[in-house]
Amino acid sequence: MRYISLTPEERQVMLQAIGVEKTEDLFESIPVGVRLGRPLNLADPLSESSLLADFKAMARKNASGEDFAYFLGAGAYHHFIPSVIDTLVSRSEYFTAYTPYQAEISQGTLQAIFEYQTLIAQLTGMEVANASLYDGASALAEAVMMAARVTRRMRVLVPEALHPKYRKVLGTYTGNHLSVTSVPATSAGSLDPEAVDALLDDRTAAVVVQSPNFFGVVEEMEEVARLAHRRRALLVAVTTEALSLGLLKPPGEMGADIVAGEGQSLGLPLSFGGPYLGLFATRDRYKRQMPGRLVGQTVDRKDRRGFVLTLSTREQHIRREKATSNICTNQGLCALAVSIFLSTLGKNGIRDLAEQNLKKAHYLRRRLSDRLVFSGPVFNEIVLRVDDPEGLNQELYREGIIGGLPLGTWFPSRRDQMLVCVTDQNTRRQIDRYIRVLQRSRVTV
Amino acid sequence: MSRTSTVYNLDEPLIFEQSSPGKSAYSLPPLDVEDTPIEEILDPGMTREEVTGFPEVSEVEIIRHYTRMSTWNYHIDLGMYPLGSCTMKYNPRLNERTARMPRIATVHPMQEAALTQGNLELIHRLQECLQELTGLDAATLQPAAGSQGEMVGILMVRAHHEAQERPRRYVLIPDSAHGTNPASAAIAGYQVISIPSDSSGRIDIRILRERMNEDVACLMLTNPNTLGIFESQIEEISRIVHDQGGLIYMDGANFNALMGYARPGDMGIDVLHLNLHKTFSTPHGGGGPGCGAVACRGLLAPYLPSPVIEACGDGFRVNSDRPHSIGPVHAFHGNFGMMVRALTYILTCGGSGLKELTETAVLNANYIRARLQEYFHLPYPTPSMHEAVFSDKTLEPFGVKTLDLAKQLIDEGFHPPTIYFPLIVRGAMMIEPTESESKAELDAFVEAMIRIYHRAREDADAAHEAPRLAKRTRLDETRAARRPVLRWSPENET
Repeated sequence: MRYISLTPEERQVMLQAIGVEKTEDLFESIPVGVRLGRPLNLADPLSESSLLADFKAMARKNASGEDFAYFLGAGAYHHFIPSVIDTLVSRSEYFTAYTPYQAEISQGTLQAIFEYQTLIAQLTGMEVANASLYDGASALAEAVMMAARVTRRMRVLVPEALHPKYRKVLGTYTGNHLSVTSVPATSAGSLDPEAVDALLDDRTAAVVVQSPNFFGVVEEMEEVARLAHRRRALLVAVTTEALSLGLLKPPGEMGADIVAGEGQSLGLPLSFGGPYLGLFATRDRYKRQMPGRLVGQTVDRKDRRGFVLTLSTREQHIRREKATSNICTNQGLCALAVSIFLSTLGKNGIRDLAEQNLKKAHYLRRRLSDRLVFSGPVFNEIVLRVDDPEGLNQELYREGIIGGLPLGTWFPSRRDQMLVCVTDQNTRRQIDRYIRVLQRSRVTV
Repeated sequence: MSRTSTVYNLDEPLIFEQSSPGKSAYSLPPLDVEDTPIEEILDPGMTREEVTGFPEVSEVEIIRHYTRMSTWNYHIDLGMYPLGSCTMKYNPRLNERTARMPRIATVHPMQEAALTQGNLELIHRLQECLQELTGLDAATLQPAAGSQGEMVGILMVRAHHEAQERPRRYVLIPDSAHGTNPASAAIAGYQVISIPSDSSGRIDIRILRERMNEDVACLMLTNPNTLGIFESQIEEISRIVHDQGGLIYMDGANFNALMGYARPGDMGIDVLHLNLHKTFSTPHGGGGPGCGAVACRGLLAPYLPSPVIEACGDGFRVNSDRPHSIGPVHAFHGNFGMMVRALTYILTCGGSGLKELTETAVLNANYIRARLQEYFHLPYPTPSMHEAVFSDKTLEPFGVKTLDLAKQLIDEGFHPPTIYFPLIVRGAMMIEPTESESKAELDAFVEAMIRIYHRAREDADAAHEAPRLAKRTRLDETRAARRPVLRWSPENET
């Protein structure tokens, strides 16, 4: 067993020091009635090379970014990832460390998280950000629960064009406490401020706006924020495509009180859905109501700048059942990766990358304008009318393309619609091929 | 002699303080479609100028920045990391290799199941391994960490009771439990009733019997508990709870003590979470990502988060058609990358290897306990499993506390144990060496602890000044909390 460092002789010496004869004696406090009286029914140990062969065989059964062009987004995006990220997050010092409880020997992780909090606050246009939550969906749930705590109200309005998986996760988290009301989308695909106003009341804790929304449409939040604030409700902005913030006006400049989102676009591989990163930012006045870990700046005894985990009186290990959240382990290494990504791209790169997404998506959009379902402005996702989305995906697959998301799975009235994503990773050749295959199939209007 | 030496590392300002206009660290291909001006695509009111404050640095500066900062971290590759209940074991490099295989790591989570059969098989195999290890019937890998697993477990308990048309109101939690347990119970809408420990450090059975009634939804149990003690009366506990229609949730944070020896399913546990980032060697990453897999009895399987990954025919499917499910807790399948690592580990070790790991972890903990017990006070002399909890009672007369001991261990070249937890032990030091450590490393740790013990008598002031060899001396946590500075801005630049 190569992960154990004791010799049989050393074991004997240790057993003697303990005062028992054999290792099994150390398990005597487990009553006989509940002991496993047989070997575990698991396979024999595999050597390194046999194990790699086993995993390669499984890997061959996937269609992946290695062999296919992706036109599928819907909350997970295929973007450029600079080489420095994996090099740096693979350093033992980062990936084999624990949560930085002992600040004096964790300054590397702590400073990196402090920088991450700063970058996310800057990107979202908010005042403070936490050290990360699990993913975009649970970040939204935490945001809504925080809004309920702040306002002491129990009702929340969510848009029809909220990512359906986020909507479901929100339901799991809040089903026992909060009531969730859906607000329909306009023909442009965006949230209708009049419909929001009609549904707002004095029991409403928050209005949720997703931008770009699940149909890809970029939302203007100012009006909804104004309406929410008039009723003393909070505006919770959520995004599944954080790269868009490199170009779009940030929610912080449009009146958002809490921003939640998915950070995967910012340097994390698709990895079949995780590990990703829950972004969470808010106004300074709400910082003590935030869920999750926070790093703060302080000084040591020699008055040198240093960083510590702080405001822990919000947290479960002190507050127990009265905590602002039960989260402790979060997505630390993913936050580090995102921090490196944002620092590497910097002020100009984040904008360039976002612009490439916008322009490539619009290249496709202009050529398929007769198939557009929504007229609203988009970033890198578009809903197209196709009469058989599943059939089209089959055809695209044969051409080496993972096509898009058939919306019928989530919205039964949208069986003839497909959500398509174009990112910086799609070349013009791929986009042209996509358009060619699509134009071969018939349009239903 | 201490094994530390004067450390040579470089100071490093914040990335924002190194920025100058005109530097860049990225390269993008030229745009290969028409370069339409942005304002022709989006209304100017919808876009921002630049992201104010974002840095501009070169690639060399990026590499140096994060490399210099990294040298200020203690980590498991550097030495023993005996954080109790955190199971800081070696993170095998093979796990990292499989998790990065391109045809595994670049698969999109919303692809149809037919195109992701390899990854679904991987998830399903891991579920089956965990079911065998726990003796339970079904599993989900969706929760992203232990606390989310706890929430899932308690929501499943609630769903079960609601199906009996009696959701019940209370959850019983021992006073030695981790703080996430009550916080998770509260999210599920339950009120918490605490169960004190008896003088042996186990659940007080008499009080459990008194407080258990038909309004109690479940008992949340950690076994071995956070004192490292096995709840030997588990069969009786199970009877008391189940006789009144209650269920038992087990926090599996300490599962490293049990593999191949005992299975929660055989002890009457109905549902539990496992931390793949503890027992199954996935790296902790300086605070995640983790994976809080949940396993349960068949009785609770209908309530597992949706979707579940199932075998069907000679393939695997993603089943979302589950009317009784508590619903999903993650947008996709959870922290899949951690599942690849954990399965790699389990298949590498095999059943026999996992049992050997458990045996060695328990042996190492008991060896430390045996060697330290004449110097440090053991509040509960009951036999230990994979960790031992001491108090600072023998240091107290000299004005030296657990915190001082922890900071001196840093100067000795070790990460401190978990301190001041569990709450029922004053000045607790919770030591979990795991199976990874050699006898030489254990002996060096023990000797460092003994040196600290003697130093407390001779020079208490020195104890209060530790650490002296770390990047920073003790940091002012009160100031951090009273006047929070949670981000850089040009105004608070120092």
